[in-house]
Amino acid sequence: MPPEIAPAVHPAADIAKIPPSLRTLFFAFAKMSLSGFGGVLVFARRAIVDEHRWMTAEEFNETFALCHFLPGPNIVNLAMVFGARLRGIAGGIAAFTGLLGPPMLLITALGALYGHYGQAEALRRALEGVSCVAVGLLASVVLRMISPLLKKSDVVGLVVMAAVFVAIGLARLPLQEVLLVAVPLSLAITYAKARWAR
Amino acid sequence: MSGDDHPLSQLFWTFALISLFAVGGAVAAIPELHRIAVDVRHWMTDKQFADAFALSQLSPGPNVMIVALIGYSVAGVAGAAVATLAMCGPTAVLAYVVSRWLSNAKGARWPAMVQAALVPLSIGLMAASAWILGQASDQNWRAFALTIIAAVVASLTRLNPLWLLAAGGCLGFAGLL
Repeated sequence: MPPEIAPAVHPAADIAKIPPSLRTLFFAFAKMSLSGFGGVLVFARRAIVDEHRWMTAEEFNETFALCHFLPGPNIVNLAMVFGARLRGIAGGIAAFTGLLGPPMLLITALGALYGHYGQAEALRRALEGVSCVAVGLLASVVLRMISPLLKKSDVVGLVVMAAVFVAIGLARLPLQEVLLVAVPLSLAITYAKARWAR
Repeated sequence: MSGDDHPLSQLFWTFALISLFAVGGAVAAIPELHRIAVDVRHWMTDKQFADAFALSQLSPGPNVMIVALIGYSVAGVAGAAVATLAMCGPTAVLAYVVSRWLSNAKGARWPAMVQAALVPLSIGLMAASAWILGQASDQNWRAFALTIIAAVVASLTRLNPLWLLAAGGCLGFAGLL
């Protein structure tokens, strides 16, 4: 951390004391969102923790962990929870609309272009190339997430993962039904393992 | 599900329901989005769905923006707005309520446990997303090879994914796929 922004005081003093205005929240989240290609999380962490100092890294991790295990898009949950923590419900709504509004306008414009020119041969070919790469990028994210399970040789986790893949990817079963079986089962196994380890 | 046949209310209820089961984020919900949009409701073809995913990766913003494209294809700009709100609104409210409640009950150990239990599930869901999108995109061996190369390069380097997407677009444009 550069010394000029980290004077020798208690770390808590490092965090901004005055809560940002609704406008500031809206624009901060719009900016993170519009710089986030392939996911906004990295930019959110940078802006909230490093740039604005609205939260410590630890608080950010805790908030994100909460938003990750709740249903729904994680980063949207994070914006809502974070905005509300600083500025009440209005703050949550400001962060939420900042995060979603501008990219939604942008992608709707892209959708309109696609609607008009989607059948044009050149665009169709280019988009085909983009989607092949997009799938490859997704595959690399999956591989990166599997590697901790492999390192810990977490057999149960790998079996749960494979079962979900088969049920959803190959058998194409409805998500609700699969989760209604898989979530309680995985919770029970994790709980049993934690008790056993103690 | 609502018996109302208006496209906007159909969009709203469909996405609100999916979002409540979207553990592991937007990408993990793609198999279900695909099942509903392509197989159940016939809102778009397999190919159009793959294109929507590609566009959503090309455009900045959260990954959930693919639902705006699905909504747009059903009911235009209003459809995009309704789909996005339905997919994000209810769960954001839920997250707000739970975070308030958790901050009153400090030191709960179960969030860590719930997370540990859900991680393998969401990896399985994301793997299924890759599989389903791959079947729509990788129609021949050259396309499949491009997917594999992109996966390897992204895993081994810290190259900005945007460059890879752009390279894929150029290869496709040049008619090499």
